[in-house]
Parts: sequence; structure tokens; C-alpha cells
Amino acid sequence: MLRYVLSRFATFLPTFIGVTLISFAFIRVLPGDPIIVMAGERGMTQERYDELVVQFGFDRPILAQYWDYLTGVLQGDLGNSYVTKRPVWDEFFALFPATLELSICAMIFAVALGLPAGVIAAMNRGKFFDRTLMSTALVGYSMPIFWWALLLIIVFSGNLGWTPVSGRIDLLYYFDDVTGFMLIDSLISGQDGAFTSAVRHLILPTIVLGTIPLAVIARQTRSAMLEVLGEDYIRTARAKGLPPGRINGLHALRNALIPVITVIGLSVGTLLAGAILTETIFSWPGIGKWMVDSIFRRDYPVVQGGLLLIAVMVMVVNLTVDLLYGLINPKIRKR
Amino acid sequence: MDHALSKEVETQVEKRPGRLSEFWFYFRENRGAVFGFWVFVVFVFIAATAPWIAPHDPTQQFREFALIPPAWQEGGNWSFPLGTDPLGRDMLSRLLNGARYSFFVGIVVVVVAASGGILLGLLAGFSPKWLDAIIMRLMDIILAFPSLLLALVLVAILGPSLLNAMIAIAIVLQPHYVRLTRASVIGELGKDYVTSARVAGAGLWRLMFVTVLPNCLAPIIVQAALSFSTAILDAAALGFLGMGAQPPTPEWGTMLAEAREFILRAWWVVTLPGLAILITVLAINLMGDGLRDALDPKLKRS
Repeated sequence: MLRYVLSRFATFLPTFIGVTLISFAFIRVLPGDPIIVMAGERGMTQERYDELVVQFGFDRPILAQYWDYLTGVLQGDLGNSYVTKRPVWDEFFALFPATLELSICAMIFAVALGLPAGVIAAMNRGKFFDRTLMSTALVGYSMPIFWWALLLIIVFSGNLGWTPVSGRIDLLYYFDDVTGFMLIDSLISGQDGAFTSAVRHLILPTIVLGTIPLAVIARQTRSAMLEVLGEDYIRTARAKGLPPGRINGLHALRNALIPVITVIGLSVGTLLAGAILTETIFSWPGIGKWMVDSIFRRDYPVVQGGLLLIAVMVMVVNLTVDLLYGLINPKIRKR
Repeated sequence: MDHALSKEVETQVEKRPGRLSEFWFYFRENRGAVFGFWVFVVFVFIAATAPWIAPHDPTQQFREFALIPPAWQEGGNWSFPLGTDPLGRDMLSRLLNGARYSFFVGIVVVVVAASGGILLGLLAGFSPKWLDAIIMRLMDIILAFPSLLLALVLVAILGPSLLNAMIAIAIVLQPHYVRLTRASVIGELGKDYVTSARVAGAGLWRLMFVTVLPNCLAPIIVQAALSFSTAILDAAALGFLGMGAQPPTPEWGTMLAEAREFILRAWWVVTLPGLAILITVLAINLMGDGLRDALDPKLKRS
């Protein structure tokens, strides 16, 4: 096991260095001088320009600059936003709970529906239910989610008026951030209707963000179940006369879950990519919207820092999934 | 004599089903895949002939006919069968022309990503361990970024346009081909036919492209179908965010972005471009599933 862990880390480190290199290079390959961009349309004097060149260290050798950048990153220093002048690190972690809350809800939605759907489809292989379910899953998988969001807004917000169109909570309510999770904070605040308002704001973004993971999980669960159901030990269990519910639930599902858990872990990247579109459409104040806004505002330190933090987060999650997978499945370790 | 010989050859050919007909035999089993295939054929036809079959120029503005609903609704007009957008442009013509952009995006992205990915994958599979490790770590780095985010940032660097969006999407999709090719190359390298080719004196290039590559193609073809649809979706998403094709290009994602503020007033300007994306992507994914079933020898009941 130790060897497996070490080998995973041995591939993690170079990738991490590479990711920092890419985000370091980002500001330098942009067309135009970053200092001029920062100055905006007002421009600046030559002295101020020279001062800033020294301040940002652009006069030093590129390797020294990279070293400064890397040591800064490791200490949580990603520079300051051009627009708000606040540290990128602080902004990221102030907005991150919003994205995390939405992603967790989307994942719960996807697993809660996708897992049973996949199991039921596998048990009714080739029947009407299976075919309907899998066609629906394929439609979900092919869905342009930005359009799906607009459709849901038309129906549920426009025609039925059930759900709000944007934001995390009605403006009526105000309370301090305790955890950053609106659902928990609104409960703690104890204000009437705050929690329901938060839930109503969450519903549509959750469905939109969860749709593709839902389809993927349903398809993956079905095929994993089908594979396991063909194994010898299932036949043995049947021959022993165990009730089908026990076979499917205990023997088959447990082993079918392994690839499904991997898929769930690996869809973190998908969720973050989906969050970019979902948050933009629903004006959800999270990382995705922050990145898109920063790209349009040409707030390059934010784009650079956000890119790095998101990539590192995806890498850490993938590493964890790999390690867990090695823990569950001894075959993987022996590669 | 000569005639008789060619006739004999012909009958022989008839007796043994060709690879294509064998493939079609398995592909036909999957009804969804066949359906997807025909929808895709229609899509390609529209993409090829859009300027001639579209009733109007996709960028021509009929200002007095702005936001006309589809013909079957009250207030509709049969000269604009699917209605008009806020600037009075014919929806049907824009949708038909949009097929060209999506098809173009799909083809270019798949060709660029696949050819680059196959080359790198072959190289990684055949090369010494250190080079293999370098190539694969590079691909890991690209895969660490969520694809849409990386594409978005690349487009921000290169400047928003459809061409740059295609380049960005191709870069983002390429690692999948590298991994897939490398994995199947390594799987094939240990087999007897490769050894025998080597013993017979086949050079490195011949081994790579003539001996091994054709046997690795099945999963790559499936991946090509799947990334065709991913490319269309991502290009539309970039267009929707304002980072892909720029107005007045009738690209489906860009059309959606332009129509956003009218969602509660004019359902057709929002619903139809998205429906076009969904149908196209769905058809290609159906086809991809069928391809996988037909090309995967494990599932064949021979």
C-alpha cells in the first residue's frame, strides 16, 4: 500500500509543478503589458511604470520570478485583484462555500436519483422501463445545460412563478456569514422564511448542475450492476436460494458501487465546469461566476489565481479518489 | 480467361462479407444508433446545403417583422416559418446556417485533437520510459483543469472568436486521445504479431503506423464520435458566454446568448437554438453508443 501511495504522489508532484508553471505563464503570454492593462484607460507616468515593474519583480530573471511565485503560492499569496485590490486567496475562499453548497446539493440530487435508477434499470434489462430510463439518461447526458437552465426558468419562474430567477436568498433577509452555507446560516439566523427562501433559490441551479452527473451516474450504475450480476458468485447466491432483493441489494450493489464511486469522485471537474455556466445564468455568487466576470474585466491575477486553485482542488480530489480506490480494490495496488 | 478470372474474384468478394458490411451488421442491431445515424446524415446535409435551402439570408434584418412568432401561432407569417428574432432575422435560416458552424467545429476539433493525440499517444507507447512519463505528465496537467474553464481562459488569451474557441477545445480534448492510444498501444505491443513483425525486420515507423495503429483504432473511433458532440456543446457554451463565435454569426450558442433577455416574451428565440444543439448532440451520442457496441469485440456474439 505504501508503495502505491508513494507512486501516486510521485505523479502528483510533477503535475502540481506543471500546473503552477501554466498559471505562472498565463500573465506573461497575454497580449499586452500587464502593467499597462492594470493602469486602465487613464494611463500612467513613466516613473510610476518603472516603480511598478520593480514592485512586481518584472525586472528580475524569469526563473527568479517563478521561484517567487511558487513560494508565494505555497504561502497562500496569489497577488491582489486589479479591481477590488483584495487578495485573490481571500476572495476565492469567501466565494467558495457558495459553489461548494451548490455542488454538494447537485451531487446529492444526482446520486439520490441516479443510483436507484441505474439499479432498477439493470434489474429490468431490456424491458420498457430500462429502455425509457436509459434514453432519458442519454438525453440528459447530451443536454446543453445553459439551455436547460433557460427552459427551467421559462417554465418554473416565468409561467408558474414558483422559483426565483437569481441569487442565493431574497434581499429581505440579512444575516452574517457563519459557515458560508446559506442553508445553514439561514437556519441559524432564525428568521422566518429565510430557510425556505434559500431552498427555493437552490432548486433550479441544483437541477441544472446535477443533470449531467445524474445521467452519467445512472448509466454507470446500470452497466456496473449488469457486469456484477453476470459474475459466478451471484449465481452461487441464487443457487443457495437467497431472496433476489438480498442478492441485488447486498451482493451485487456493493461491488457495483466501486466504479460508481470513482465516477462520482471524478465528476468534481465536471461540476466545476458546470458551475461556470450555472452560476453565470442564475447569478449565483460563487467561484464560477467570479472567474467568468474576472475574465471579462481582464482581472488577470484573479483568473491566474482562480485557475491554479481550481486545478489544485481537482488534483487533490482525484488523488484522494485514487488512494481510496486503492484501499477498496487491492488489485489496483499491484500494478 | 482474363474475364473469367475477374469474375471468380468478384464472386469471392461477394461470399466474404467486407469489414464495412460486418460493421453495419452489428451497428444495425442497435435501433437508437441507426436513428442517430440518419439524424446525423440530415444534419450533414443541412450543413452542406444551408445557403441554398434557407429561405432568407441569415443576417438580413426585416425590421418591420421583429419577434414574429412561428407560423402556426397567432400572428405568425408563413414567410418566416419559425418566426423571427428581435432584430427581425429569420429563425429558420439562422438555425439552418448554424448547422454549418457546429459541423465545422466538430470536424475541425476532432481532426486536430485526434491526429495530435494519436501521434503523441503512439510516441508515448513506443518511447523509453522517461519520455513516456513526460508526455503523460503533460497530459495530466491539461486534465487537471476543468475543460470548459481551460478553454475559456485560452480564449481569453487568444481573443474571442470561433477559430480560437476551436483551438482551445481541441487542446482540451486532446489528452483523452493520447491516453486512449497509449493504453491500446501498450496492450498490443506484447502480442505475437508485433513480435513477428519486429523479427521480420519492420522499422519503427512501420511498426507504429502500419502494424500497431490499425489495431488500436476501434476505441479511438468511438472517442472521436463522443468528442464530436463534446466539441459542439463546448463551442456552444463558449458562444453562450460570449467567448466563441461573435454576433451576428448564426452560431447556436451565440444565438441563445443574444436571445436571453427575451426568454419570457418570445419562447421560440430561446427554445429553438437549444433544441437544435440537443438534437444534434443526442444523435451523435446515440451513434457513438452504437459504434462502441459494434466495434467492441468483447460484446460481439460471433
